[in-house]
Amino acid sequence: MINSIVSVRTIAEVTDTMTKITTDEVKHVAHLARLAITEQEAEQFAEQLGSIITFAEQLNELDTDHVEPTTHVLEMKNIMREDKSTGGLPREEVLKNAPDHQDGQVKVPTILE
Amino acid sequence: MSLFDHKLADIQGQLNKKEITVTDLVRESYKRIAEVDDKVQAFVTLDEERALLQAEELQSKLSSDSKGMLFGMPIGVKDNIVTKGLRTTAASKILGNFDPIYNATVVDKLQAADAITIGKLNMDEFAMGSSTENSHWAKTKNPWNLETVPGGSSGGSAAAVAAGEVPFSLGSDTGGSIRQPASFCGVVGLKPTYGRVSRFGLIAFASSLDQIGPITRNVEDNAYLLEAIAGLDPNDSTSANVNVPNYRAALTGDIKGLKVAVPKEYLGEGVSEEVRASVRKALDVLEGLGAEVDEVSLPHSKYGVATYYLLSSSEASANLARFDGIRYGYRAENAENLIDLYKKTRSEGFGDEVKRRIMLGTYALSSGYYDAYYKKAQKVRTLIKQDFDQIFEKYDVVVGPTTPTPSFKIGEKIDDPLTMYANDILTIPVNLAGVPGISVPAGFSSQGLPLGLQIIGKHFDESTVYRVAHAYEQATDHHKQKPGL
Repeated sequence: MINSIVSVRTIAEVTDTMTKITTDEVKHVAHLARLAITEQEAEQFAEQLGSIITFAEQLNELDTDHVEPTTHVLEMKNIMREDKSTGGLPREEVLKNAPDHQDGQVKVPTILE
Repeated sequence: MSLFDHKLADIQGQLNKKEITVTDLVRESYKRIAEVDDKVQAFVTLDEERALLQAEELQSKLSSDSKGMLFGMPIGVKDNIVTKGLRTTAASKILGNFDPIYNATVVDKLQAADAITIGKLNMDEFAMGSSTENSHWAKTKNPWNLETVPGGSSGGSAAAVAAGEVPFSLGSDTGGSIRQPASFCGVVGLKPTYGRVSRFGLIAFASSLDQIGPITRNVEDNAYLLEAIAGLDPNDSTSANVNVPNYRAALTGDIKGLKVAVPKEYLGEGVSEEVRASVRKALDVLEGLGAEVDEVSLPHSKYGVATYYLLSSSEASANLARFDGIRYGYRAENAENLIDLYKKTRSEGFGDEVKRRIMLGTYALSSGYYDAYYKKAQKVRTLIKQDFDQIFEKYDVVVGPTTPTPSFKIGEKIDDPLTMYANDILTIPVNLAGVPGISVPAGFSSQGLPLGLQIIGKHFDESTVYRVAHAYEQATDHHKQKPGL
């Protein structure tokens, strides 16, 4: 039988066998990703990430014990440029896009209390 | 009748015979934009004053011997490709006022080829999406039916060409983002081999998959545009040191004896009957031209979508870490400390889909899950690539549909990420394998929406992809149809 590649299930269809992601896990991941999220968003993300991860777990059908991972499709390595210094970008230009700057430097909120 | 109804070579012929001027071409673009872009909403930023100045400069060069191969051609550039002095936002609030201080390599190459940038084209935020509904600015409409999506993420790039606003555009393709909108809008879109075109100045989404590529009305113009932008770039260590051929020379019309593989999975369940029928017709055309067509199998392609979302989201979560409100872009107000500033800036600056993918990628890369998700997906990527390697030992090209269905209604899929992701099921494996793929117009659905034929080739063999696409195009008249805007 032809195994169609169009096997994507909708959220409703995968909910039954879903990998549960808790709102605490979501909040932890959001912190790692430096995203502020509300309680309501945490619940929404928990459901959506749970269904996407459940969907992704179909990869476990495949035995990949003896398969090398692909990080890059072309066989190239150690592309080096000549060890020669080149000019950087002009400071005034670079600072043009900074939200806040002073005396030629980017200004940020207090880092040390 | 528009000046852009002609192919590049003919337009340049008109320029040389002084029947038209470069300024006429640029004005034609802005005139058409003024007429239809209220409806289509393909452009997010225009560059009219500078474009008209450049047109005058070029016109004075008309009789020179050193004219570039895209001399005088108006072009639109996707808004995730940086253009010096021309606002570049990736359709995100977080880069809402970003004014690049250098050009992407492809933009420098366009200028060196004497093309004229008309403006920046709408897209899904950071190229994450398949419908251009995820833009911070506007939802681009499909010129063939304004109630349907143009596809995505390069929806603006495909819609602008289909609507006759520009004859050429650049898009970027990470999982189908050039080919799927080209298919939905009835134009020609190529994703080059990974490494064929420099990514320097392309705002990164998933660095191991992203490629910039050309969108045009016909195959020949597409070949010109690729030749102008391809090649090794010292600023992109993943760009390949492989000679750039004259792609136009490949457009011989002769595909006798060429071996065409059709994966049975690409015509299986979930692919609409209309789409299957259009592909079968196209295969008849190719056979009629002397190609040998066989059914084959790409057994791992059904795992493409899952593999892709794990890998691309993981890479995105790392790439998008740079948007922190410090050196450029949007910065939130009233932050209590540095971490708070990062969090507020990113939460206010990114849209929902971008946050969802950053979260998925961060989860897949986080301690305890890395092997189960990220590394697993990298291994499956190897299997998907091997599927193609094996087919290409015996065949010259792989042919199938570009998308399982034609364009869909705006709003129809936006609330269900997995259903939206399924759109890219036939294009994703091509990015995972790093091979080139093109979508060419292949007829229309019963609703009058364009369908696309996808032709996939070996690494760095865009020439054969173009040869087949061109032979098919010349044997059909789908590409001559225009939307009645």
